[in-house]
Order: sequence, then structure tokens, then C-alpha cells
Amino acid sequence: MKNSLINQSFKNAKKENRPALLTYTVAGDNTKKKSLEILKSISNYADICELGFPHNTPIADGGQIQTSAYRAIKNGIKINDVFSIVRNFKKSKKDKPVILMGYYNMVYQYNENKFITKCKKSKVDGLIIVDLPYPENKIFAAKCKKNNINFIQLISPTTSKLRLKKIINDSHDMIYYISMLSTTGGKLKVSANEIISQYQIIKNHNKSKNVVIGFGITEKTIKSLKKADGLVVGSAICKEITKSIKKRQNTVTNVINLVKRLKNKIK
Amino acid sequence: MKLKKGIPLIDQHDKNGFWGGKFGGSYIPETLKKPIEDLTKEFQKLRKNKKFLKKKDFYFKNYIGSPTNFVKLENLSNYLDGAQIWAKVVSEANGGAHKIYNATVHALICKAMGKKYIIGDTGAGYAGKMLSMAAKKFGLRCKIFMGAKDIKRQKPNCDAMRRNGAEIVPVYSGSQTLVDAVSECMRYWVSNCDNTHMCVGSTVGPNIFVKICGWSTAQISKELKAQLKEKFKKIPKKLKLINCVGGGSSAYGFWSEFIDFNKKHIELIGVEAGGPKKSLLHAAPLSRNAKIGILHGAASYVCQNSEGQIHETESISAGLDYPGVSPIHCFLKDTKRARYTYATDEEALNAYQLVTRFEKLNPSLEPSHAFAEAIKIAPKLSKDTIIIVNSCGDAKKDRDILKERLVRN
Repeated sequence: MKNSLINQSFKNAKKENRPALLTYTVAGDNTKKKSLEILKSISNYADICELGFPHNTPIADGGQIQTSAYRAIKNGIKINDVFSIVRNFKKSKKDKPVILMGYYNMVYQYNENKFITKCKKSKVDGLIIVDLPYPENKIFAAKCKKNNINFIQLISPTTSKLRLKKIINDSHDMIYYISMLSTTGGKLKVSANEIISQYQIIKNHNKSKNVVIGFGITEKTIKSLKKADGLVVGSAICKEITKSIKKRQNTVTNVINLVKRLKNKIK
Repeated sequence: MKLKKGIPLIDQHDKNGFWGGKFGGSYIPETLKKPIEDLTKEFQKLRKNKKFLKKKDFYFKNYIGSPTNFVKLENLSNYLDGAQIWAKVVSEANGGAHKIYNATVHALICKAMGKKYIIGDTGAGYAGKMLSMAAKKFGLRCKIFMGAKDIKRQKPNCDAMRRNGAEIVPVYSGSQTLVDAVSECMRYWVSNCDNTHMCVGSTVGPNIFVKICGWSTAQISKELKAQLKEKFKKIPKKLKLINCVGGGSSAYGFWSEFIDFNKKHIELIGVEAGGPKKSLLHAAPLSRNAKIGILHGAASYVCQNSEGQIHETESISAGLDYPGVSPIHCFLKDTKRARYTYATDEEALNAYQLVTRFEKLNPSLEPSHAFAEAIKIAPKLSKDTIIIVNSCGDAKKDRDILKERLVRN
């Protein structure tokens, strides 16, 4: 997928001598309209936007993303709404890559093929399915590729050497390295050096793959990892949304400001 | 989809971990791939290791107290005036329920793997209580994840866990019951899998946990098979084995030795939690035709909406209050080897009253669901039909609920 928007965004960031900034928000948090607004405004600063399908049994997510997901579900978000958010977003931001992220049960209930067709129609650029690891994801990943959708493989500190090699060989344009043993939103409990050296091992296998680091990335930690091709911030943004709602402040403004600050740290 | 004979059901999965090609598997985050692979290898090794097996048998006999009794419920049978009703009194096991088998095996595996911490989920509190007991016995540090709602309604078991030195981690997310406890326990494992062993409290979760639990509880049917031959000289001609089904660990353990028999000879009946009589919520994915979905790392029939969001469940019995069910029970359902039905809260309560009125038995609300079915069908059956109910838990933990509900009625 040489000309993918995802590849292009990494190239653009590299030209500016910085890692790509990837943001994660939950679709429908806290309403459909609001989450589209948030997505549009942060995309002015983020290079790639990840958008989460809220699920009520998210086994790999920490408190912040759970809170966002429950809030979105409570406000009635449906799978089709997530696609319509992407479609609307792409109307004005056609060059900004969107990666959808979710749990396999939603894909399974929607039907794999129908799900992929819908992704294609809505111009989704990539997919992360948290609980569909390699090699169980082989068939699904191949279907994605056939439809020009990036299936994003995850690698964690527990991934063995042999497995690492196989996953990289089977990956598309982007690989997601999980910084530490944690659910999303945990406190970074490993040193930046250690994370970067693991990251480097992945890079050394295949330099052409864009490797991003996620989990535990906040305003405090983002600078220390700027060597990576890309950095993902999710829970910190969800937390900001929760905080803004509680304080009855403008969610959009607060989130934009946070994303701006994050971007400045890696410039 | 077909059952094989001569191979334990827990081993009848394909190389991807699926029973019948579609139930089970291991839908897990990447971080858990390695610990689950390690555990799978270790278990494969240990179940063939004579020293380990000897150790297991030693603790089953001397610590758990195997075999548990197999008794005829003479008065109840006379009252119902149909089939003979017998009980396998698994609640006599150390701690008061079948959960001790799985907990003991997990503690032994944890020791063998050199891990010092063990974590587990619990609904009724039995899985948690037993794991805390086993942890204490084998010198392991223990954390139990439990829904806040369950902590309130199963206080006696919580007190026991604390006495055993375990930390109870209350879970406030979602419905604050077992489903959320399992999720939170898995999350904790994702974050601490380098030094912590996870015990899943039933035959649910990623493939390996289904296998370990089923392998452990199978002890129940091994004992029963011997006891049947002892009491009846041979296995009776018309036999019905009735067991409650939440996750399905006691039912699998109760049935495993009898699955190869013809169903006209030995009928297997699973009873799920139907919830309050007029409620739309229940915890009966098998008998009320839920769709297949993925929950806690495995594909099974799951109470869920069309979008794949997991339904809240409702049952008087915390141990059955779970939206999913073991993939091996889904397999037994689809191959029609077992029949699944449900009992409502009210039916379970009535059954509890009837059993305790006639017998010196104090079944918890979980097996009371199984007794409800036995009481329903026994009068219509011939006197040479033998119904055996697995009385897999003791009602001590249900003290508060029983007091409240039975006074009100």
C-alpha cells in the first residue's frame, strides 16, 4: 500500500524532522456531534486520527478509555454512527488518515465482509482490532489489504523474537508497539531508553515499516520518545474530555489545547 | 459438528483452540500471547508428569477431601413419587464448593511456573474464596477481583477471602458483577503477567483456561462413576445428570466421564439462570438462544445486543450471573449431547425450600436451579429412573439473600 495516506503522513512528519502525532478518541464521546467536532479540530494538529468503537467489555483498556466508551454507549452510539462520523470527517479532511480501533466482537456481529466494505465506503484508512492477534488475524488482515485498508499489527514487550519476525513480515504500513505491560492509560513504568531500544529492534527488522509507540504517553512522557516514527496519545485525551465535562468547560477547546501542547513537545 | 469418543472433551478442539470449529479460541491482546503460550506448554507438560499428578491426587484427597459423598434423597424422592433423586454432595469439598478443584490445580501450576502472585475473578465468591485458600496453603500472594454488587450480596465468602489473607479488588464498572470482575482481572493480568499467574474461575476464557478448569473439575465425574458402580453394581439404565450452568465448570466436571454414553442412556441436563420471573434480563445464553459472540477471549453463545455490546444479566444466584458460557457447553448444545433449560429465581428458591424441608442438605442458590429442574421432571418419570443432581455449593454464603427472600415470600 505504497501510496496510502498513512504512509504519506509519516513521510510528511519525517520531512519536518519529528515523529507523527497520533491521537485516539472514542467515537460518540460524549455525543456523535461533539466527537466529530473534536475529531475535526484535533486533526489540524494530529497527523493520524484513531477513532475507537466504544465497547462495554473492553479487556485491554484502562479507566480513562472505559469511561469515554461507557459515556458514548450511554448516549446511544451505534456501529453505523461511527462510520458516518468518519464519512463526515472525510468530507472536509480527505487527506487525513483515520484508523478505526475496536474489539473483534463488534466486527463479528456486524459481519467481517460487511464491516470491511463499510470501512472502504467510509474511506477508513486502517484498522486496529485489539483482541485479534497474529496469526488468528491472518485472513482478516488479508481481506483488509485487498481492500486497501491497513491492518495494523501490535507488538508488545512480551512478543518473542520469532513471533516478532513473523508479525513484521505480515504487517502492512504501520506497526503499533505497546510500550509496556499495561492496559491503555497506565503510568509509564519502563524507562524511555528501554522502550526505544525495543522499538529499534523492530525497526531493524524492516526499516520501511512505520513503527509507532503507544500506551502511557502523556504531556510528561512524549518528549522522551520522540525518536519513534510516531507516538499515540489516547487516554490523556479521554481524560481531558472527562475533566472538561465535569468542570462544564468547552471540551473542544480544551482538547485542542492539549493536542497543541503535545505537538509542541515533539517539534 | 461431531463429538469424538474416547477423547476428553477438553481436548477435542482444533489447532486454533476451537471446539466444533467455532466455539472457544483465544481472542486476546498481543501482550497475553506469550504468557498464554507459556501456560499452555506448562500444562501440557504437567498433565503428563507423574510427580505432578501424584501431588495433585494427594491434595485432592487430603486437602480437598475427595471423594465427596453420593447419597439418595429418600424423602424428596418419596414426596415427588417418581424418579429416584440422588445428590453428589460436592459441597462437602473443602471450602464448600467444586471451585476448590480448579483453584488447587491453578495454585500448583503457579508454583510449578515459579510465580509468586496469583489472581482470580469471582462471582458468588466461591472461586475467590477457594483461590484464597489454595494461595494460603501454597504460600502465594493473592488478589481477587469481584463486582461491587457481588461483594455486597455474598458477604460470608468475602469475609473468608480476607481471613485467608487475600486482597479483594472491588470492580465498579458496568453491572458490577462477574462479567466486570473477569474483565478487570484480565486487565490486571495484561499489566502484570511477568510475575503473576491468572486463574479463570470457570470453564470460560481463552482456550487454555477452559482446559485447565475442565481437567480439574473432571474429578467429580470420576468419583461418581466409581460410586455408581459401587451402589448399583453397574451404571443404571436410565440416568439423568442435572447440573446448574453459569460458566459451566461444575457441569463439565460432573459430566465429563459420561459424555461418551448414548443420551438415551445417560441424559445430561444443564440448568441456566432464568432471572426473576417477569424480568427480561437473564443469564441463560444456551437455553434462551443467544447469538455467538466473543467475550473474555473466547467465542461462545453470549447474551448481547445486535451491535455486540454485552447485555447486563440478572439472577438471584451470583455464581450463574454471567452473560457468556463455556465453549464446551456450546459444543455440547450444538451436537445435541446435552439439553439446556433454565429455572427462574422463584423456581430456584422454591426448590431450595423443598430440598431443605425434606433432606439434610443445604444447596446454595446455584445448585438450587438444578434441583428446580429435578423437581419439575421427577414426578413424570418411572421409579427406575435415577436423577442425580450435582449439589455443587453450600448455601452458607446465601444466608442474607435467603433470609430476605424467604421472609418476604
